[in-house]
Amino acid sequence: MKIAVASGKGGTGKTTVALALAHAAEGGARLLDCDVEEPNCHLFVRPKREEVLPVTLRAPVIDQERCRLCGKCAEACEFSALAAMPTKVLTFPDLCHGCGACSFVCPSGAITETPIEIGEVRIGSAGDLRLVYGCLHVGKAQAPPVIREVMRHASRRATTIIDAPPGSSCPMVAATRRADFILLVTELTPFGLHDLGLAIDTIEPMGIPMGIVINRVPEGYTDDLALDDRAPVLLRIPESRKIAETYARGGTLLDAMPEMRPQFEELLRLATAGEASRC
Amino acid sequence: MKIAITAQQARPDAEVDPRFGRAAAFIIHDSETGESTVVDNSQSTQAAHGAGLQAAERVAKTGAKVVLTGRCGPKAWDALTAAGITIVEGQAGPIPDAISAYLAGTAT
Repeated sequence: MKIAVASGKGGTGKTTVALALAHAAEGGARLLDCDVEEPNCHLFVRPKREEVLPVTLRAPVIDQERCRLCGKCAEACEFSALAAMPTKVLTFPDLCHGCGACSFVCPSGAITETPIEIGEVRIGSAGDLRLVYGCLHVGKAQAPPVIREVMRHASRRATTIIDAPPGSSCPMVAATRRADFILLVTELTPFGLHDLGLAIDTIEPMGIPMGIVINRVPEGYTDDLALDDRAPVLLRIPESRKIAETYARGGTLLDAMPEMRPQFEELLRLATAGEASRC
Repeated sequence: MKIAITAQQARPDAEVDPRFGRAAAFIIHDSETGESTVVDNSQSTQAAHGAGLQAAERVAKTGAKVVLTGRCGPKAWDALTAAGITIVEGQAGPIPDAISAYLAGTAT
């Protein structure tokens, strides 16, 4: 069972919810932090002894002796990672997505795909929780290949919780597309609700069942009418200074409010049953 | 010698476009014949990535040796330089004025 926690807007509480779910899961969960541009789950999990695996992308290197300047490589590249200039084909590894189309179309065999390191995957444990997280190297722009490497560590048996990156573009899709259920965390601000709509627009065509978690709910709030009716509200987390203070010291939501544990167990049950989308 | 100028509209008397990669068009001015032609760049204005490189390929194909523009990004700069093209940044105002200033050697 893989449950992804996504949001649209950043800072709504994805990590807070992902950590609470991972801690509420029975028998130890696997937590995948796919926010590879700024992973933070490890700050709370504090894993002992990390294994570090480099993530590489196969970018083109051109043998100028063999190149006949036909320009087919640059034409085939969706991301302009090659520029066919009149006397030389230039490569821009920063723009490369590693698809290999350039070397496939090259009629002179002038292109070799050479691995370049763009980030790393770190694996560690704390208690019965296993954490896998990706780190995109500073200055690199290709988050999805690093996210895909993290996703390879999803467990077949244990409950896998995925902390997805914010937004609703390629990185978010890379982190959520193989999930069995997606939880969308939002806050009751215009920005939060607007981006919740964008996230739902993105997920709907993938056909993955989803549910909403509202974070920082003010006391006395009962009205969910302003929310998106394409997904049910499964949990409301109250606005609480105590949660924020605990979080700022590296503690989790369940450290601050252990009484919420049954609600997260219920959330796991709902997501696992996949009932949420159908009710 | 051919000079390429980034243009905000696809006509020779338009204003210089401050951006190289995402300029609406390029005016290719031949200083020997005094003729100007228009090269469309609308495909690059729509590109999510690599607009500057596509534009550099386009300009290089015209045989231009000089680019007059507002500002050129680092990747397009490398590509144009590799093609032996000189880049003159900081240009603004009507394109005919930019061409005259360059040819008179007073472009800054």
